Amino acid sequence: MENEILRMEHITKVYPNGVMANKDVNLSVKEGEIHALMGENGAGKSTLMKILFGDEEATEGKVWYKGEELKVKNASDAIKKGIGMVHQHFMLVDSLRVYENVVLGMEPKKGIMTDSKEAIRLVQETADKYNLKVDPMAVVGDISVGQKQKVEILKVLLRGAKLLILDEPTAVLTPQETQELFEQLLMLKKNGHTIIFISHKIREVMQICDNLTVLRGGKTVGSMEVRNATEEGISHFMVGRDVVLRVNKKPAEFGDVLLNVKNLNYTNKEGRKLLDNVSFKIRKGQILGVAGVEGNGQNELAEAIFGFYPDATGSIMFEGNELLGKSIKMIRKNGLSYIPEDRIKTGAAGNLPIWANLIADTIDTNELKKNGLLDYKKIHERGKELIEDFAILCKNDEQLAGMLSGGNMQKVVVAREFSSDPKLLIANQPTRGIDVGANEFIWKKIVEQRDAGKGVMLVSADLNEIMELSDSILVMCDGHVAAYFEDASSVTEFELGNYMLGLKRQEDVE
Amino acid sequence: MSILEIIFSSDFFFTSIRLMTPILFAALACMTFSKGGIDPIGTEGIMLLCALAGPVGGYFTGNAVGGVLTAMVVGVLMAFVFGYFTLILDTNPVLAGIALNTFSGGLTIFLTYYLTGNKGSTQSLNSPVVPNIDIPLIENIPVVGAIVSGHSILTYVSLILVVLLTLFFWKTPYGVRIRAVGENEKSAASVGVNIMKYKYISLLIAGCLAGLGGAYMSMSYVSMFSRDMIAGRGWIGMAAESMGFGIPWRITGSVFIFGMADSLAIRLQMLNLPTQLISCIPYVVTIIAISIYSWQRSKVKKKKAE
Repeated sequence: MENEILRMEHITKVYPNGVMANKDVNLSVKEGEIHALMGENGAGKSTLMKILFGDEEATEGKVWYKGEELKVKNASDAIKKGIGMVHQHFMLVDSLRVYENVVLGMEPKKGIMTDSKEAIRLVQETADKYNLKVDPMAVVGDISVGQKQKVEILKVLLRGAKLLILDEPTAVLTPQETQELFEQLLMLKKNGHTIIFISHKIREVMQICDNLTVLRGGKTVGSMEVRNATEEGISHFMVGRDVVLRVNKKPAEFGDVLLNVKNLNYTNKEGRKLLDNVSFKIRKGQILGVAGVEGNGQNELAEAIFGFYPDATGSIMFEGNELLGKSIKMIRKNGLSYIPEDRIKTGAAGNLPIWANLIADTIDTNELKKNGLLDYKKIHERGKELIEDFAILCKNDEQLAGMLSGGNMQKVVVAREFSSDPKLLIANQPTRGIDVGANEFIWKKIVEQRDAGKGVMLVSADLNEIMELSDSILVMCDGHVAAYFEDASSVTEFELGNYMLGLKRQEDVE
Repeated sequence: MSILEIIFSSDFFFTSIRLMTPILFAALACMTFSKGGIDPIGTEGIMLLCALAGPVGGYFTGNAVGGVLTAMVVGVLMAFVFGYFTLILDTNPVLAGIALNTFSGGLTIFLTYYLTGNKGSTQSLNSPVVPNIDIPLIENIPVVGAIVSGHSILTYVSLILVVLLTLFFWKTPYGVRIRAVGENEKSAASVGVNIMKYKYISLLIAGCLAGLGGAYMSMSYVSMFSRDMIAGRGWIGMAAESMGFGIPWRITGSVFIFGMADSLAIRLQMLNLPTQLISCIPYVVTIIAISIYSWQRSKVKKKKAE
């Protein structure tokens, strides 16, 4: 193809643990265009970029850059060839000034000293040329996120980057900063730079990109010109699902309201509003699926209900009791239990044996004690029982939880959370990264819980899981409830996708 | 003599400067370690070994310069040993630091005995000392001359180094890169800065500084090595480094406070107070100073959070 600056051909990447992150991916970028690389979290975008920058080696496939085969070992190699990356998490040294950060590693010198006048002039000149307004003398730790991003862009420009890769650049920006960034990107394009814009925000891609490539499940789903694409068309590409598992369940029988969340708001320390007036109900015998592109407040919603953010505002009523402001222990006493998103960090203690992990929530009750001391006979009995009930594959209950496979470790967490016989289970990404067998088993347990007349709140980034398990579906976007479907079977994944990606929003959601 | 008279005499300030010198070297060494992102916890032990290396090197070479250089070489070697354990073998720095400090304590006594037949000091070596110098013109100014002039060459070297290190860490590419590496390795690596190279440069400089500090103790402050003679100065240097927020002139200020505390302890011994109580003073001042520092820092943090 003429004017092609970058071509990644048949890229396949299999990690040593057997995970296939990229499967025959093709990407072709023309010189002087803004090319969108789209896909949900886990679609393989970052792996593809890591391969481009030499952080990972492709198992198969070739990369062509300016007509030659590209072989780089690391990011500084890539920058020498003119490929620069603006990371989502900035690579800046906070205590240094803006200009010091920009010229770090390539400082102009006068004798043995840094020629700071020349450095400042260089930075100012590049900043003026591309209209990236930032004070070269400011200390990086003191400037806003939007400005830090400009510093990152200046850094790669000053190093001679012709191809710039921006990894979800708007994720951290305010709407005004986003518009400003777009003007700067168009300016760069005018100056002959090529940009790869990684994003899952369709509107933004439609606004500034020329072409787009969509990845899903590690594969290229398609490439097209933006002017020929529609929002719905892109959404279809991004959220299609591959059905791996199905679950059999009888029709739901909803009972009384169990959990009633009203006007829940939460703003984090950095001042970003993560939960925006969220209201919904969960009834007995109902599985409520919470869908959304990751980072739109679903995780925070689950954590807020379970008492992680005492400074959230609004109301969380559970069977007539206010949960907000209560300790996690009190919330558990009220009959809730929680499967956290990250089993390694929060869910289980890897360096403790299985039995200890299984009793973490009940260790201070009298159940497991005799004369005020722990009764190890009872504890091991309980351990063996749960290992059997939940088919946890292990040598015995003395084995360290960290030694188990992902699926079995997750089963330990699930077993513990079910063992207290909760009235409401909050399951946050319960089957992420585990094998099909464990997945099926956990689904079965969740459906059993519902059939026993209990409530379940299921937060998942896996659309298939949401659609298979849920009786009702709540869609979150940008911290607010974008849509609610009382009957999950009445909605298609494409419709969900439109709400998840912010193309549509229901008014007056209740 | 009243306490006030004791404090506000030129002699008191002269002694303060004399006593702050080893702490200043320690603090500058700690600063250089920290700038490169290396735990400065081994400074005390490195200085102790250097304090022995100085007189021994001086004895064998026959002059003070040889002694000071030997101390610096030993300082660099020990800093590299510490770096090798923590950077290459990934040892916990606190453990490596404790090991280094206890090791120095034992090794210095062993070597002293081996070389002189005496476990307590190297007095019998009659090693050369670093001379004191009078500064022309300034020595004739009343009061100021008596305070500022007549110190050891190494004292003046330490003060010159404050200026040179300021220039190095803020105005040269090498210094700024060391700061970048120490603060955010990933960022530095992403622009092609060789992390290990800059860590070793900071080890090299810090080792030299600790060497100078050790040599000052045994070749200038007194004329021989005696066991455990660093007596916590490495630790106090660490405290001064953090109290000075890693900025050389502020560190010098903090060190001066410790120097005055030491000096006060010595002067108060003239009064009829229990000596045990008086020798506590430098350490009590350290604790108070660190408390004030932590309190201030938490206030700054709170302000930033708002």
